[in-house]
Amino acid sequence: MEKIAYRPESLTKTPFTYCPGCLHGIAHRLIAEAIEEQGLTNKMTGVAPVGCSVFAYKFFNFDMAQAAHGRAPAVATGMKRSRPDMHVFTYQGDGDLAAIGTAEIVHAANRGERISVFFVNNAIYGMTGGQMAPTTLPEMKTTTSPYGRKTDDIGFPIRVSELLATLVAPYYIERVSLLSPTDIIKAKKVVSKAIQYNKEGRGFTFVELISTCPTNWGLDPIKSRDWAKDNMLPFFKPGCFRDKGEGVE
Amino acid sequence: MAKILMKGNEAVAEAAIRSGCRLYFAYPITPQSELIEYMARMMPKVNGTFLQAESEVSAINMVYGAAGCGKRVMTSSSSPGISLKMEGISYIAGAQLPAVIVNVQRGGPGLGDIQPAQGDYFQATKGGGHGDYRLIVMAPASVQEFADMASEAFDLADKYRNPVMILADGMLGQMMEPVEFKPAKTDEEIADMWRQHDSWCICPNEDGDKKHHHEINSLEIDPQVLEKHVNNIYKKYAEIEKNELHFEEYNLSDDNEILCVAWGTASRVVKSAINELTKTGKSVGLIRPINVWPYPYEAIAKAIGPKVKKVYVFELNTGQMLDDVKIAVKGKVPVDFWGKVGGIVFTPAEIKEKLEACF
Ligand SMILES: Cc1ncc(C[n+]2csc(CCOP(=O)(O)OP(=O)(O)O)c2C)c(N)n1
Ligand code: SF4
Ligand SMILES: [Mg+2]
Repeated sequence: MEKIAYRPESLTKTPFTYCPGCLHGIAHRLIAEAIEEQGLTNKMTGVAPVGCSVFAYKFFNFDMAQAAHGRAPAVATGMKRSRPDMHVFTYQGDGDLAAIGTAEIVHAANRGERISVFFVNNAIYGMTGGQMAPTTLPEMKTTTSPYGRKTDDIGFPIRVSELLATLVAPYYIERVSLLSPTDIIKAKKVVSKAIQYNKEGRGFTFVELISTCPTNWGLDPIKSRDWAKDNMLPFFKPGCFRDKGEGVE
Repeated sequence: MAKILMKGNEAVAEAAIRSGCRLYFAYPITPQSELIEYMARMMPKVNGTFLQAESEVSAINMVYGAAGCGKRVMTSSSSPGISLKMEGISYIAGAQLPAVIVNVQRGGPGLGDIQPAQGDYFQATKGGGHGDYRLIVMAPASVQEFADMASEAFDLADKYRNPVMILADGMLGQMMEPVEFKPAKTDEEIADMWRQHDSWCICPNEDGDKKHHHEINSLEIDPQVLEKHVNNIYKKYAEIEKNELHFEEYNLSDDNEILCVAWGTASRVVKSAINELTKTGKSVGLIRPINVWPYPYEAIAKAIGPKVKKVYVFELNTGQMLDDVKIAVKGKVPVDFWGKVGGIVFTPAEIKEKLEACF
């Protein structure tokens, strides 16, 4: 009999702490499945951020670290450099990675650290209750942009994948969407590729996952996905920005 | 091994490598640059990791990652850079990780200057980062001691799973003195030191009974659990306060009319002044705290001899350790203070003059 639904051995039995309809859980699952499929569970370690996914260190079934806000790429650097025999990833939100942790991500990418970074972009600070993120869209209302994000005041959203793709060292950079089942199947392939490159020690791999925050957007899960399809995907276009394995430079 | 003439910054780096430090992350700053440069030259020769980080913030977080993997790891900086490391130091203490941090202090506040100072005493011994935690803080007064402290610092960090700071200054970092090194740890000894942490650190996993899920973490969202966690850390600190008091007694006798308290570079100058005064028949003693946390309160109280009229504190700041001395003296005799700031080191003649005025 074929097993079609199961808990990957690379996830612990600790229940996720995410809101109903939140896509963090799906992102975790894709990463966990990819790790298990490539037989890496016992050689893997990861770094949890500060954000809604702060408890990610409890969810992955191997040794994990929890980092200060934005510092996960530096922590992962210390881990990979001291345990080159292990495989290291970070899991980070958009406030964590694209605001307070901008220096850490740019320089880890620029060094070509042999780690994978999974960047969950939901255009908002979820954990702290819906404040503006560097990725918040123009005119989007948040608790700290109550009249909508004004680009002449606070600038435009940061496209992190494109930004990192200006660097020479990164091996793989791709943006995917988690907004529909078809997108999720595509996202799984991309996550698997990043993990595979990590396994092979090829270099810095980065996957941006376009996500939602139904709770702080004030929309139900389905409407959140529709909103993100209409508003996020045109600005954060899915695509591969770098794949040295496939000759995409 | 024969003595070598070396700068303090280089001596502490060499001693750290000999003690099994195989990872070093830092960002350049005067007056500690010889340390980072020495590590850049020597780490590759022992198959170690040298990495110049993009900031002190990143460097200390790299230390967090490497320490979480159970490896002997060090970072160094000078005052402004140490301020940037404070967030990471709090996390390292909270997650109970062993790590060594060297501060080659310079004048502050702000950008200050690049001359020797002792203005980071409060930051090192009373907090600096957020939350309830302590650093073990060692304060060298010679190049030899600076070097010796590297290996002691790693041993203490490993023993207590707590960050240890070596609180030096620009004078000790820059000056050359003869130094003798302990033999370098062998690869086997280093591997053993790493393995002692296998029960909690990030390391490869195994299936079945031996499967582990180690968490390097300072987050406890449940207040009851956090309270227990912090109380446990403080039990450890109580042990450290019992076991790791370290101080030097200099010229102590029942004839002392003045008792001086000074640490680090300042204590060297005070010793010279005491020697001069001894020649003229004036008796002055000195207590030099070698570890400034834990602090030798009782030793200071005990050193106040029957004839002591005054306890005199000399520091290269505006009076920071002074507070601890007052706690130790408990008002039994007057406590006086004189200090220099701005990166200016007082001379033996100046100290002698201050002391003579007390007789
Ligand atoms: C130094 C520091 N500053 C601020 C915070 C508060 N804080 C916690 S989570 C967060 C934002 C997280 O947003 P994001 O990274 O987008 O993750 P999400 O919750 O949306 O998944 C902030 C500002 C903190 N914990 N530490
Ligand atoms: S607040 Fe938003 S991002 Fe956080 S768990 Fe809830 S839905 Fe997900
Ligand atoms: Mg977010």
